[in-house]
Amino acid sequence: MNNEELKQTILSILPSAVFEENTQFLTIQIPADQIHDFAKKIKESETISFDYLFCLTGIDYGDSLGVIYHLRSTKYRHEIVVKIKTSDRETPAVDTVCDIYKTAEFHEREIFDLFGIKFNHHPDLRRILLDESWEGHPLRKDYIDEVNIVER
Amino acid sequence: MDLNIYDFTSFTKWIDTSLHEMMSPFWVTACEMTIIGVAILAFYAVVGLYLVYAERKICGFMQNRVGPNRVGPFGFFQTIADLIKLLIKELVIIKNADKFLFNIAPFIIIITSFLAIAAIPFAKGLHAMDFNIGVLYVMAVSSMGVIGILLAGWSSNNKYSLIGAMRSGAQIVSYELSVGLSLITMVILAGSMQLSAIVDGQAHGWFIFKGHIPAFIAFIIFIIAGTAETNRGPFDLAEAESELTAGFHTEYSGIKFAFFFLAEYMNMFIIASIAATVFWGGWQPLWISGWDSFNHVMAWIPPFIWYISKTAVVIFIMMWFKWTFPRLRIDQLLTLEWKYLLPINLFNVLLMAFIVLKGWHF
Amino acid sequence: MTDLIQEIEQQEYIINMGPQHPSTHGVLRLVLSLKGEIVKNVEPHCGYIHRGIEKMCEKLTYQQIIHLTDRLDYLSAHINNAAVCLLVEKALGIEVPERVKYIRTIIDELTRIASHQLWWCSFGMDLGGLTCFFYGLRDREHILDIFEETTGGRLIQSYYTPGGLMKDIHPNFQKRVKDFIKYFRKILPEYDQLLTGNVIMQARSKGIGKLSLEDAISFGATGPSGRGSGFACDVRKLHPYHLYDKVNFKEILYQEGDTFARYKVRMDEMWESMSIIEQLIDNIPEGDFTAKMKPIIKLPEGEYYQRVEAARGEFGVYILSKGDKYPYRVKFRSPNFSNLSILNTIVPGQKIADLVAIGGSLDYVIPDIDR
Repeated sequence: MNNEELKQTILSILPSAVFEENTQFLTIQIPADQIHDFAKKIKESETISFDYLFCLTGIDYGDSLGVIYHLRSTKYRHEIVVKIKTSDRETPAVDTVCDIYKTAEFHEREIFDLFGIKFNHHPDLRRILLDESWEGHPLRKDYIDEVNIVER
Repeated sequence: MDLNIYDFTSFTKWIDTSLHEMMSPFWVTACEMTIIGVAILAFYAVVGLYLVYAERKICGFMQNRVGPNRVGPFGFFQTIADLIKLLIKELVIIKNADKFLFNIAPFIIIITSFLAIAAIPFAKGLHAMDFNIGVLYVMAVSSMGVIGILLAGWSSNNKYSLIGAMRSGAQIVSYELSVGLSLITMVILAGSMQLSAIVDGQAHGWFIFKGHIPAFIAFIIFIIAGTAETNRGPFDLAEAESELTAGFHTEYSGIKFAFFFLAEYMNMFIIASIAATVFWGGWQPLWISGWDSFNHVMAWIPPFIWYISKTAVVIFIMMWFKWTFPRLRIDQLLTLEWKYLLPINLFNVLLMAFIVLKGWHF
Repeated sequence: MTDLIQEIEQQEYIINMGPQHPSTHGVLRLVLSLKGEIVKNVEPHCGYIHRGIEKMCEKLTYQQIIHLTDRLDYLSAHINNAAVCLLVEKALGIEVPERVKYIRTIIDELTRIASHQLWWCSFGMDLGGLTCFFYGLRDREHILDIFEETTGGRLIQSYYTPGGLMKDIHPNFQKRVKDFIKYFRKILPEYDQLLTGNVIMQARSKGIGKLSLEDAISFGATGPSGRGSGFACDVRKLHPYHLYDKVNFKEILYQEGDTFARYKVRMDEMWESMSIIEQLIDNIPEGDFTAKMKPIIKLPEGEYYQRVEAARGEFGVYILSKGDKYPYRVKFRSPNFSNLSILNTIVPGQKIADLVAIGGSLDYVIPDIDR
C-alpha cells in the first residue's frame, strides 16, 4: 500500500491524526490518550495489519515528553511512525501497548527508567537498566548529576 | 630372593617366609598389612597424579593446543605443582555447614576407592585381596562412594551443591545396575566371581573374544555405564561447570577438593581396570590358538605391562568420550539407563546363559 | 497438615544464575524459580553494564558516535558502525565510491562469520562439548588477523567513517580473505561432524524452546532467533544496503522455532556469507576509499532511521537532529534487547539444562542489551 492509501485508511480509523511532511516514513501525531485503541486497530486491521513494532523510543522535546512508535507490517511491508506527546513533565502517564505488542513490555520499562513516563496498566513497571534505588531520569534534558556526568 | 617379573608369587612368598623367621605370626600379619597399605597408597597417589597429567595433555592435543609444558620436561611435574598448591590452600570453613559431615565426605570417597583398588590383580601373584566373591566385593565397595557425594552436597548448605548431589546420587544408583549386570554376564561365562580365577580362565583367549556377541555387548554397556558411574564424560552434569558452577564440591577447597578430584580419576582407573580384567584378560597376554611364535612373543612381555597397557587404552577411550560429546540432561541420562541399557542388559544376560549352557563359546 | 504440605509444595525454589556465571555470556542476572528441575519463571535483570551510551551520544559528533557503536554488540562491530555511517551518508545525500561499498560488504560478512564462529564455540561449550570452544576460536583467529592487518584492531575497529573508510585496505587483504574462504570451506563440515550430527546435541536441542512465528513478530525477535521460527526479517533482503541487492544469496528460514532450528540458521548463514564474499572479493574496483566530507558534519533538521542486519538481528539507529553538530537524540534499537524479552515465554516448563541451551541458541551479547 502506498502512502496515499495508508493516509486515507489511517484517517478513517482516527480522524484526529496529524500527518507530518518531509519525513523518511509516513509519520503521524496522535493524541496521547488514543494510543492504545489506535494501536489495537491498526494491528488487527486486515487491510493494513501493523504487527511488528520495531522501535519504541522515548524523547524529551524540552517542554514536553514524547514516545515514538516505529511500526511495520510483515504482510504488506509498509511502515509508519506514530508519535505521541505529553506536556505533563511532573507525572507523565500514557497507556501501555504491551498487551498488543509484546516487545513493548521491556521497551516501556526502559522509557520509564530513563524518562520517567509511566505506562498505565503495564504488568511490571520498574526500572530495568538502572538500579532500583536510582533517583531521577537520566535521558531527560534537565537531568543534573554532579557526580557522574562531566560537562564540557 | 627371586624376583621373577612373570610371576610375583615367589617374591611375595619370600617376603612372607623372611618375616615369619623374624617375628611372631601376629606381627607378621600386621607388618604385611602395613606393607600392602603403603604400596597401594603409593600406587594410588602416583597413578592419580599422572592420570591428571595425562588427561590434561590428551585433552590439550584434542583441542588443538599443547597442554602443560612448562613445569619439568613436557610439563611432567605439573600435577605435583598443583598438588603442592592444593595442599597449602586455605581450608575455607563454611559457617552454616554441618561440620562433621562436611569434613567426613571426602574421606568416604577416598576410602571406598582405595578398598576397590586393593582387590584388583595387577600381575600374576600381585593381588592384594583375592576374595572368592571378588567381583561382588568391587561392585559393593565402589557403590559406597555415592554416600560421600550425597554428604558433600547436603552438608555444604548451598542450593547448587544440593542439586548437583541429588543428580549425582540418582545417576550413580541407576548406573550401578548396568555395571553389575554386565559383570554378571561375564561371571556366567567365567563360572566364578573370583578375580584371579577370571583372569586365569582367559589364558587361552580373552573373554571378549571367547564370549563373542554377548561379551561384546556387555563390554559396550560396561564402558557406558562405567563412565556414568564415575560422573565423567558425557554424564558429568553433577559437576557441570557451565551450569551449576562445580556441583557438589563447590564449597570444598584445598586438600579436601584434592580428594574429590583424585577420587574421580581413581574411580575411572578402577572401572578401566575392571574392564581390562574381566573383558580383556587382565594381565594375560594376547593368545591366538595356532600362532605359537606370536604367542611366544606376546608372552615375553611382562604381565604387569600388559595390565597397565590395557587399562591405559580403556582410560584413553573414556577421556576421548569426555572431550568429544556434549553433556546429557538428567532426564535423558536416566532414560538411557532405565529404558535402553537395562532391557538390553537383561536380554544379554539371558543370551550369555543360553550360550554357556549350549557350549557355543570359544 | 495437608495445608502445610500444600504450602510447602507451592513454595518456589528461587535460584540466581547471577551476574557472574559461566553460561550467561556476560553480566546478566537470571532469577529462576524452580520446581524440582523444571523452571517455572525466568526474570532477567539486566543493566549491569549500562554505560549511558545514548546520553553520551548527545554530546559527541557524528564521527565520534561511531566509536561508541562498536562497543554495543562488539561481535558485530563493523556492522554497527555501518548503521551510523549509512544514516549520515543518506541524510547528507552523499554517494560513497563503489570500492567502499565492496569493501564494506566483504568486511561485514567476515564479521558475521566471526560472530557466528564465536556463537558456535560457546554453544558447544555450554552443552558440554568443550572441544568445540577451541576449534571455533582457532578458526576465528584467521579473521581477526585479517582485521588486524587492515584496521589495526581485532575486536573493536571503528574502521568505517561517514563518507567511506578511515584508510584503504592492506594490499594483502584480498589474498588473505581468499585463503581464509578456502580454508574455512573445508573446516565447516567438521563443525557439522562434531556437533550438528551428534545424537546428544540433537536430543538437547530439538523441540526445546519453541518460539512461534506470531510470538517472534510480536516480541520483535529478529535475526537468526526469529528466522528459526519462520519470521522473514533479514534486513539485507527487505531494505538492501551496501551491495546486498547485487549479490546472490538466500535468506535462511526454518519453521520449527526450536533451538535446533536457530542453530541450523546460523550454520547455514555462515555458508551464505562465504558465498557472498566469494562473489565480491575478486571484483573490488579501484578508486577512492572515501568521499569528500566536511570535517564538521551537521545533519539537516529532522528524524532519520537506519537499519542494518547485525549478526544477531535488526540493529537500528534513530537520530533526531536539530541541525547542530551534535545529535539531539540518538536511540539504538538493539536486537538483543528484544531477543531477551522472549526468554520468559519460551523457557517455563523446561529444565535448567534446557535454559542453558536456549540461552546459547539466542546468542546474547549483554553490552548490546544494556547499552
